[in-house]
Amino acid sequence: MAELSGPAAAEAQAERPFPPGEYPVVVVGSGPGGLQFSYALRRLGIDHALISEDLAAGGMFRRWPFFQRLLSWTKPFAPAERSSRAYERYDWNSLIADDPAHRALQVGFMDGSSEFPARPEMERNLVTFAERTGIRVRFGCRWESTRRVEDRDGERFVLTTSDGEYTARVAVFAVGVAEPWRPPTPGIELVAHYADTRPAETYADRRIFIIGKQNSGFEIASGLLQWASRIILASPSPAKLSVNTKSLVGVRARYVQPVEDHNLGGGVSILDASVDSIERAGKAFRVRVRRSDNGAGLEFEVDEVIAATGFVTPLRDLPDLGIATFGQSKLPAQTPWWESANVPGIYFAGTIGQGSAGLKKHGIPANSGAVHGARYNARLLAERIATHDFGAVVPRDPIGNGDVLPFCLDELQRSPELWHQRAYLASVITVTPEDGIRQAGIVPLATFLDDGGPDGIALTIEADGTGSIYPAVYVRNDGRIAEHLLPPHPLLDFRTSEHRDQLSAILGTLGLR
Amino acid sequence: MATTDEIVDDLSGFALFADLGSAQLQQVAHTFEERWFPEGERILRQGLTGSGFFVILDGEVGIVVDGEQRTTLGRGDFFGEVSILLGDAPVADVVALRAVRCMFLAGPGVEGFLVANPRVMYRMLQAQARRLRNANRWRS
Repeated sequence: MAELSGPAAAEAQAERPFPPGEYPVVVVGSGPGGLQFSYALRRLGIDHALISEDLAAGGMFRRWPFFQRLLSWTKPFAPAERSSRAYERYDWNSLIADDPAHRALQVGFMDGSSEFPARPEMERNLVTFAERTGIRVRFGCRWESTRRVEDRDGERFVLTTSDGEYTARVAVFAVGVAEPWRPPTPGIELVAHYADTRPAETYADRRIFIIGKQNSGFEIASGLLQWASRIILASPSPAKLSVNTKSLVGVRARYVQPVEDHNLGGGVSILDASVDSIERAGKAFRVRVRRSDNGAGLEFEVDEVIAATGFVTPLRDLPDLGIATFGQSKLPAQTPWWESANVPGIYFAGTIGQGSAGLKKHGIPANSGAVHGARYNARLLAERIATHDFGAVVPRDPIGNGDVLPFCLDELQRSPELWHQRAYLASVITVTPEDGIRQAGIVPLATFLDDGGPDGIALTIEADGTGSIYPAVYVRNDGRIAEHLLPPHPLLDFRTSEHRDQLSAILGTLGLR
Repeated sequence: MATTDEIVDDLSGFALFADLGSAQLQQVAHTFEERWFPEGERILRQGLTGSGFFVILDGEVGIVVDGEQRTTLGRGDFFGEVSILLGDAPVADVVALRAVRCMFLAGPGVEGFLVANPRVMYRMLQAQARRLRNANRWRS
């Protein structure tokens, strides 16, 4: 292959930044997690290489969801200015920026037909964020393997890629949870995975068996309702619905039409059963299942079987370095700061961050698996790496006594971090004799509760699965933690006199007002 | 990382699930969620609401009351059920003494699970009776 030289080489190099070499930090992935993290790290002045095997920004949104609309909303009209931080509560899809001109980009790409963006609209949102904020990515650079080296400069990681080797003290992986996974069911290799789903019309008049009753299974069932002659969904445990769990746990409301169809006898069957085997029966498939309630066997002959059995994290050889994984998605075990629990210096951004589960109060997870949670995690992770690994100092603003109560009321009402990452991220104020009263910023709630530190308060929003959403305040006083739950409000207004009085009494335990 | 079948194998060896058949164990493995805690991390926090029920697959935890470790639990043991059954916050911290892999069921799901699986409820009652007996022996 002829090599470019002169101006042509310079131009090609400019188009493909970050040639192999040594960098303080190397970041892998150009989905929303990698873009948001790179944006935040650059704002903190930490040099890094951002590489991606894809040919453009967008990550999984370049392919999925199949049936073209997201599950996350962006409300064109909301009770907050679009350029404000408060608007982020109503916009789950835009990446977050310091410059108001770079905020709330998603709404500008929506055609008004739905509050749920179409997949291409989300992709355009992410590509535009990268372009307007000047995020540079070395596309077409595939991470292949990883090793650790130690020399007089200390321990570093070497990432071998299709373009060469990258060496860095810190490696951040934002590679999504996007590798199709199948259970070891006999015959599973004969059938398609969710990731191989064809255009809907090719399923016309087909009998379809879907393995899995989570969002991906119901997404396919919903998309094929008007095409398939029969749909069967099966997995061992009953389907959870988000409208019942009153959280994002379970199948989202947009995909529950098959449930109504099942309940009304319309041709969809939803079974609690485990799949024992799948085999060919001429041009069809024979699927044998066992009911969960009584162990009885059932047999089906269908034209198509789709394994909506989820995805795993494409960690390549990271487990060989000692990275522990858990759960069906093979998520890496992480600290509350999204660092590997086993291998210091390796961090995770984007949807992989859900491996750092936090308190999970009442079983309700944080939204780290979605853009509207992961975008805040990424910003905190950048700050953590800048301060913890590179000695950067992030100034903390003082706050006058007498201003604490209004500050807290405002944070509880408006802070999108607290609303989207409930019982997971918290806004903290610390009190010390040396520094007085200071805003300590947004931190993972678990770190405030478990890591010790000066007296202070942590504010967050919580929900208990009954439909109540309410403020929670944690007070750290002489090392002891006390939990205070404020009352819910039917219109989610937490600035009432009742909230003010209760919060005032709580702050009073630390002499704050 | 364990597959569902491996988790079913683990659960089938625990006294709590000893009366369940393989289809029911499959359902347990799908109903509960696998979680992982590094050494030193708090799994339950004394005085904080909203906890859950845990069954230890691997590792060891310490039961810590007001900073003092009272006992330890290991593979096959479970914890968190008392605060859920009583609707109170936990009266102890539960801390991972080494890396802990466990199965987790959120508090709001525990009653429905036990009612649907009375043999598990009976086994849990047996375990609680043993703990009560041992506590009474200790006092006498």
